[in-house]
This record gives sequence, structure tokens and C-alpha cells, in this order.
Amino acid sequence: MLLATTTSTRDSGLLDDLLPGFEGTSGCSVKTLAVGSGEAMEIGARGDADALLVHSPAAEEEFMAAGHGSSRKLVMHNDFVLVGPAADPARIENAEDAREALARVASAGARFASRADESGTHAKELELWEAAGIEPGGSWYIETGQGMGETLTIAGQKQAYTLSDRGTFLATESLDGELLFEGGRDLLNPYHVIAVRGDQVNGACARAFSSWITAPATQRRIGRFGVADYGEPLFFADAER
Amino acid sequence: MDPIHEVLGRSAFVSFTATAIALCVGVPLGTWLALGRRRGLRLLAIFLNTGMAIPTVVVGLVVALLLWRSGPLGDLGLIYTLRGMIIAQILIAAPLIAGITMAGLQALPPELPDQLRGLGANRRQLVIRLWLEARVPLLAAAMAGFGHAISEVGAATIVGGNIHGQTQVMTTSIVENVGRGDFNEALAYAGVLLALAFVINALLTSVQQRAAAWARS
Repeated sequence: MLLATTTSTRDSGLLDDLLPGFEGTSGCSVKTLAVGSGEAMEIGARGDADALLVHSPAAEEEFMAAGHGSSRKLVMHNDFVLVGPAADPARIENAEDAREALARVASAGARFASRADESGTHAKELELWEAAGIEPGGSWYIETGQGMGETLTIAGQKQAYTLSDRGTFLATESLDGELLFEGGRDLLNPYHVIAVRGDQVNGACARAFSSWITAPATQRRIGRFGVADYGEPLFFADAER
Repeated sequence: MDPIHEVLGRSAFVSFTATAIALCVGVPLGTWLALGRRRGLRLLAIFLNTGMAIPTVVVGLVVALLLWRSGPLGDLGLIYTLRGMIIAQILIAAPLIAGITMAGLQALPPELPDQLRGLGANRRQLVIRLWLEARVPLLAAAMAGFGHAISEVGAATIVGGNIHGQTQVMTTSIVENVGRGDFNEALAYAGVLLALAFVINALLTSVQQRAAAWARS
């Protein structure tokens, strides 16, 4: 069975942790293809993948509406956090929500580091700026054009705020910055599993994978993943709710 | 992404400045090593020749660690600035310039310094005369230093940070475009960077060849 998924599930090591358990019980052998959510869905629409594990809700709904998937279930989420200098000059720590936090950064004239690389995280950041009614730009808005780890480092050195996924923030070493704001609906990043519909698709394994990854035992394992290394989970299991 | 002419201008400014300063440091250093007779100089020459081969990311890493806010020079606020990048590129270009200067002066007839001294030249006149004799390799040193500085990406990324509108240069733009899969844009930047290198080297080469022809006549 071919599973098309996003780089975050592979880079975090989650799939390496989970998949042997599935292969052992189901008799399906899984090959994973780690690509962006958009590309994963394109591959699925062509029938070249049997199951998808992706995090792009709007595109997923279109995918289902077009009849490419036979089922779609919520699996888990991870979340984005706002990181910034320990002194928190813009006082975002007690903001109501992420939008207000960003608005405070802008009105305090504090620096903000953006990945500016058209990644999922960059798209999320732009969405939040738009929700806050601010068009970011100017000398306080630092566009790095680099990955999350590099951008976190630059933000730390520049005493700037930045938006990061929790996993990369936890995994990046010798950072000069602190987690200042977390929580709220608009910082959630939900992952769904989709069993692809199609003639040449391995539907049996895809359905088995979809029910296995949402089963209570797997969900508990997802919730524990990362606790040993980082002291907190990287993903939050959602299927039971 | 910034407009290409801004990025190009930034690249040229950083590398020109760095090469100019590296010439002021590297040429005297190479001269001193070529003419000196003291014992320790050979060891220094080995260090210098190693410096010619040092990976630019290593220079970048060391300079970044020094300039980081928590580093010994952090108070200067030079990390992720053009001045920080210039410092890194000076360290990249200077060993190359000094090494080629040293080799160029050592290739002059060995009796030349003594003859000049015999003619009553003082130290300053002697050195200037030797530089004039070695002008062809000295220009080659300048070209090599500039070429190394403008083409390097490791130090520019680590020390500069590729910050749009501030420290993004040609090479880091190319890497960024490759990262996002925009190979056409990356190739366009590569073409412009090559064109700049071509123009600079065409100018220097014509000066060099004129100097060589004058030396022969």
C-alpha cells in the first residue's frame, strides 16, 4: 500500500514509530511518500496512492467532493505556536487569540520573522495576518526565505517573534527565544486520513489503515509520541472525540 | 523575494568592499611572507595556504558564532547585516590574495631585491617596485579574491541570513529558489551572477594583459 503524506509526519519520526505496528497486524506493507499536502492529494486523485494522511482541510473537502476518496476521518492535530524574545516587548503572552497577538506585535513595532517560502507554515502565517487586518511589510518584517529551523534561529538572534509548528520549535537546539503564545482554534493544524477511491487502488489495505490509525490503541500511541524526547507530545490524538 | 537588481547591487557592494579591504590586508601580508627571512614565516605560509582552501561555511560558522548576540562580539550587532557579511568575505578572500601575492613575488628573479637595495632603494621604494614588477599576478590575486567572495554561499547564508530586503544576495537567492522548486528563477539569477562575474573579470583581465604587454616591451 502506498501512503502519501506530508513531510512533518515523516520528519518528526511519527510514522517510523507507528507503521511497524500496522504492518505486523494487517499484513499490508506500507510505502510512504512524503510530499506537501497539495501534492499528496494530486497523487491520490490520480489513483497513484491508496491512502493519504494530510493537513489541508479546505483542499481535503474539495478532494472528497470530487469523489476521489471513499472515507475521511480526523486523526490528530499538532499546533502552531508563537515564539519570541523572553522579555516579550509586545506583551503577546496574555493575548486573547493569535490574531490579537500578531496585532500586538505589529502595533508594538516589534520585529517578526517570516519564512516567506510558500510553505504550509508561511500560508498559515499570512492567513493570521489577514485575519488580524494587517498587511505585513517594512523593516520590522524579516523575510528569511528559509526553513523553520533557520528562521527560528534568525528570529532568536534578531529578537524577533515568529510562527513555528510546535515540533520544530521543540526540536531546534540552542534557540534564543521562548514559546510565548499557544492555543486557540486558529493555531490548530488538523490531520485527516483519507482512503482513496479508484479501480487500481488497494482499497482493503487503505480501509484497514484508516480504521487502524483511528483505533484507540494507535491513538494512545500518537498521544505519547515525543513525550520521552521533548517532555510533551508532538501530536494530539483526536479520533476518539 | 526582492527585485533582482537590488539583490545584484547588494552582492556587488558586499563583495567589492570585502575584496578591497582584503587587498589592503592580503597584499602586505603576502609581501611580508615572500620577503621575510625569519624562521616562523614558513609555518605562517602553511597556515596561509590552508586558508586558501578553507570551506566558506566554516568561515561563516566561526564568524557567526563570534557575532551572535551571545557571542564575544555580539554587542556590535553585526549578525545578519551586510557589514557582518563583509567581515566574513574579507576572511575568505584575504588568504587567497595573500597566497597569490606571495607566490607572485617569489616568482620574481631572486636577486632583484638585493639589486634594488644596491641601487639605494629604501624599504618603501623597494616594495612598490616589486609590486609593479608583480602586477600581473597581483591582479590575478584581486580577481581570485573577488571571484571567491561573490560566488560563496555558505558564509552569506549563515552570517547574512538571506533576509529579504536586507541581506539577501545572489547566491542565497539561488539556493532559496531551488528550495522552493523554482528552477527557472534560480537559473535566471545564476545567469545574471555569471554575467556580473564576466564583466568584472573582463575589465580586470584587460588591465592585466595591458600590464603584461607593457612588461614585455
